[in-house]
Amino acid sequence: MKSFFKGGYGKSSNILIYVCLIYYVLASLLAPGFFTMNNSWNILYNLLPLLVVAIGQTYVMITAGIDLSVTSIIAVCSIAGGYVMSSDTSIFSDPESIFFGILTMLLVGMVIGMVNGISVTKFGMPAFMVTLTTMMLFSGFAIWCTQSQNIYNLPEPFVNMSYSFFLGIPVPVFIGVFVLVLAYFLLNKTLFGEWIYAIGLNCEVAKISGVKVHRTLILVYMFSGFCAAVGAIFYTARLETGSPVMGQNILLDVIGAVVIGGTSLFGGKGKIIWTFFGALFMTLLDNSLNLIGLSFFLIMIVKGAVILAAAMLNTLKEKSLKTTA
Amino acid sequence: MLLELKQIQKSFGEVNVLKGVGFKLDKGELLGLVGENGAGKSTLMNILGGIFPPSSGEMRVNGKNYHPKSPNDALNEGISFIHQELNLFLNLSVAENLFISNYPRKKTMGFSFLNQKQARKKALELLSQVGLSVSPKSPVERLTAAQRQMLEIAKALSASPRIIIFDEPTTSLTRHEAQKLFQLIKKLKQEGIAMIYISHNLDDIMHLADRIAVLRDGELISSGERQNYTIPSMVKDMVGRDMDQFFPHRNTVPLKEFSLEVKNLGAGFIQNMSFSIRKQEILGFYGLVGAGRSEMARLIYGLDPMETGSIIWNGKEITSPNPVQWIKEGVAFLTENRQEEGLMTLQNLEKNIQLAALPSFTRRFNIIDYKEVKKKSKTQADATKTKYHSITDQLVSTLSGGNQQKVVLAKWLLIHPKLFILDEPTKGIDIGAKHEIYVLANSLVECGSSIMLISSEIEELLGLCDRILVVSEGQITKEFEKEEFDRSKILEAALHKAGKEEQKL
Repeated sequence: MKSFFKGGYGKSSNILIYVCLIYYVLASLLAPGFFTMNNSWNILYNLLPLLVVAIGQTYVMITAGIDLSVTSIIAVCSIAGGYVMSSDTSIFSDPESIFFGILTMLLVGMVIGMVNGISVTKFGMPAFMVTLTTMMLFSGFAIWCTQSQNIYNLPEPFVNMSYSFFLGIPVPVFIGVFVLVLAYFLLNKTLFGEWIYAIGLNCEVAKISGVKVHRTLILVYMFSGFCAAVGAIFYTARLETGSPVMGQNILLDVIGAVVIGGTSLFGGKGKIIWTFFGALFMTLLDNSLNLIGLSFFLIMIVKGAVILAAAMLNTLKEKSLKTTA
Repeated sequence: MLLELKQIQKSFGEVNVLKGVGFKLDKGELLGLVGENGAGKSTLMNILGGIFPPSSGEMRVNGKNYHPKSPNDALNEGISFIHQELNLFLNLSVAENLFISNYPRKKTMGFSFLNQKQARKKALELLSQVGLSVSPKSPVERLTAAQRQMLEIAKALSASPRIIIFDEPTTSLTRHEAQKLFQLIKKLKQEGIAMIYISHNLDDIMHLADRIAVLRDGELISSGERQNYTIPSMVKDMVGRDMDQFFPHRNTVPLKEFSLEVKNLGAGFIQNMSFSIRKQEILGFYGLVGAGRSEMARLIYGLDPMETGSIIWNGKEITSPNPVQWIKEGVAFLTENRQEEGLMTLQNLEKNIQLAALPSFTRRFNIIDYKEVKKKSKTQADATKTKYHSITDQLVSTLSGGNQQKVVLAKWLLIHPKLFILDEPTKGIDIGAKHEIYVLANSLVECGSSIMLISSEIEELLGLCDRILVVSEGQITKEFEKEEFDRSKILEAALHKAGKEEQKL
């Protein structure tokens, strides 16, 4: 465990840990109902889906790309899983339907990720353009498919997952930690991870040095799709419905978490543990501002300003690195 | 005194790059500044050019204190800096490049418009000053390397400078083109412009300079009138020891077996290139810049698609060459452009060195054996005599050009290449590093590998190769065996076809 953290500690994440701590203390003092058991659960359940989606986004951003389609992936996964699991539509009986439902969600997420990846690599389109259009395409698709209706009557065990415990720890925490450890392992211990950084730092150098650039990038977008699908599982279970507009508002939070975590906007730099604290900070911010009673729009203004400031710091740091070099 | 520098010091973090350097420059004088890579020449010039301030020390222009805060301040004081990597916008026209910061304008009805007519007129004036006969309207991407260099000088002249700094202006020029540049430099000298000329080409320095200053490890080792210097004495000052033998002694001869055979290779302007290279052979490729040698190498390595021809490696045909396969086969490619194609500059040394060889260090599930790869990377960094203070905490961008090139070499040596394609491996590199690269190449061949050496430095080819092919306009036009090596004949072969073309224009 020690080395797990050691790998993630950089100067900027050190600062971020203190920022999170100070913010937590301040919010406990100032926001009514923040420092309560109930709200702590709230924070945890808001953090988990954001964290897993942001982890996938971190991979993409390290390659100097961006995945704007994560919200639409969440929506499509949610309705696809809902369709497979709901007792109104399912062709499976209860326990199997959950298994196939989750499998469907993960597969759908990865397939959409693959579409993104192939468009970015084989057709050489900018990631921003590709994922912006796939976001529109799949959001529209989800709403069109369901005629904007939610899917209800999901199986009890699936819905209860959010609140069930295993060895005294909530099941979603297990899933979140699993994704976190998997992402950390792939990025820091394997060839795949080294290649992701190399592509982000200099794609041409990577190609000449024998990096399978296309394959790696496609896998990165698939991983982002996979993470979004896990996020969709969290949300779908918690809201007890398959919804075609699920996750629509979290894009800013996801990108915010990664950027606040210090992942470079120009690629080549970023760590899973940084993103963890980025996501934690975004969640604390959102939660506390809600408790103070700010309106949705004011919260948006604050979050936007915070992310812009983080992006600015990020860019300044990058620049100073280049000039001293 | 036009320019005076006293006790200039500069440190980056804990590294002292300049340890109290000073020199003087008078009107119409040319100072040749020499030193190995990492000696501090570029740092000194960047300070002079306003790119960053010195840590301590004094600078005076015309007796007045001079503290530039930006390149613009330097320009206003009449100091123009022509960088080694040219700063031109390829997509813009000649005139647009010339006046990029100060385009002539006219006012019509209170609005400010670009004054195209005047821009063209002024551009033509400047172009004629440097003897460049291109249209101000033509896009810079259509200009040859030499023409771009001249344009860069014209751009510098547009600010009517008193001092021009040249940083390795001839690296991308052929001999013939360089001569034109030298004529221009002499003309500028007569007009009273002072110049600082940085180059690794000591012949040029001897030819051009009035005074010479030698830097080593951030210190001024010697300076004085050119008459007091000879090339060997300069080299001795630069490296701190005598250079007894510059090229390593070649003990091996090529074997009978071929390692690589290329037949009728073609794509774009590359036509019908056929050659083969034997085991333990160093095969040289000489030609003018833009003759198609790098393009040929890129085709072979699978970086650009080939249209015709076949490539045979150790007797078996490689149908769709690509870097992944070549690396598996043990073929390495050091590209001409180390900044853009050789290095991840914002990454540390270790990660750079290990990149190409990583797949061979993976265990089950593609997990990397970091202990092993770290050990081997360090071994290679030391084997290439790269100078660094930390292999894991130092970014490659903080290394000097020669050491950067050694990092690229270390990367490729880690895959244990059986064939090493070297494209201009010593471009912009100091003598010490050059020598070390030659020794490395030789020892690689002595271990049974082959080398394809693409170079514009004819001495280098004569000193190392077993055979030299001359490339001209996308074709191999002549072949020289070792016994027939003759500097002027090889030059002539390379210029021959291009010479005809020039007459046509």
